[in-house]
Amino acid sequence: MSTRVGVVVFPGSNCEHDVVRALQGLGAGAELVWHDRRRLERLDALVLPGGFAHGDYLRPGALARFSPVMDAVARFAADGGPVVGICNGFQVLTEAGLLPGALQKNAGLRFLCTVVPVVVSSTRSALTGHLELGSVLELPINHFEGNYTGDEATLAQLRAEDRVVLRYAVNPNGSADDIAGICNEAGNVVGLMPHPERACDPLTGRTDGQGLLRSLLSAAVAAPSPALGGG
Amino acid sequence: MKFSVLVEVRLHPGIADPQGATIERALPALGFSEVAGVRVGKAIRFVIDAADEPAARAEAEDVAQRLLANPVIEETAVTVLGPPSVDGSDGAGG
Repeated sequence: MSTRVGVVVFPGSNCEHDVVRALQGLGAGAELVWHDRRRLERLDALVLPGGFAHGDYLRPGALARFSPVMDAVARFAADGGPVVGICNGFQVLTEAGLLPGALQKNAGLRFLCTVVPVVVSSTRSALTGHLELGSVLELPINHFEGNYTGDEATLAQLRAEDRVVLRYAVNPNGSADDIAGICNEAGNVVGLMPHPERACDPLTGRTDGQGLLRSLLSAAVAAPSPALGGG
Repeated sequence: MKFSVLVEVRLHPGIADPQGATIERALPALGFSEVAGVRVGKAIRFVIDAADEPAARAEAEDVAQRLLANPVIEETAVTVLGPPSVDGSDGAGG
């Protein structure tokens, strides 16, 4: 049976179909999970996709955090299941307290829609396990609030615990420590601003996102069946 | 009793504020060359039904901390303004 990935859809998400298609292209099963679900069954990994959950009202992720599904997402993560937040999904994970820090408005106040080189700076996460440390990926970014911010203690802890998984080769948004993506202590919860799902088909110009999603699928197979305990 | 409440959400002092910086840079063009320290935040008004003013304040503080601000980057200031105005001019909708 192929790996099954749940892609959580909030009102205002807009990258969910791209994620499903990218995962299916890699041979995985992927299904949309509406945000009012309270139970997650028979899923091996979760993706919180990009978009504008709940309109980004108040702050990106501030209201999505209270969607019914988020308790199940937290349980799934606590049980070791791989959870990846892409762009808005990263913002939701920080607001929910599943990842530290916050994502501020870009320095320069520009909405950024471009392709940037991103360096793999840790391979201990569910999203980077199959990649080579120091390798450079060309990935699309598409955000206004991608400027990673945390207090000194948080940043020092991320560095000390090897939890900065992706860094911008050239900082586009003022992000602290050039951070493009981080993981939790266990490495199974990952948030990143770049969009790997948009770099999975030669038709759209690049395929560097495949390595990230392949790593996720491997982590999903290896994870201790969180769907059973996560219920 | 009903109390009209104002919650101000602002960035922690150490957090960079690109909006404030941009406004500050624009001001000299209008001749306001003495303005400094511009910081942009949010003002949120609502009405709370509570037994007394301290209870209204406590609830408003809770709302501010748990939803209105992200404590990683923001702080809040709660002001209990008193009874809501009849004509809604305090933003509470009357």
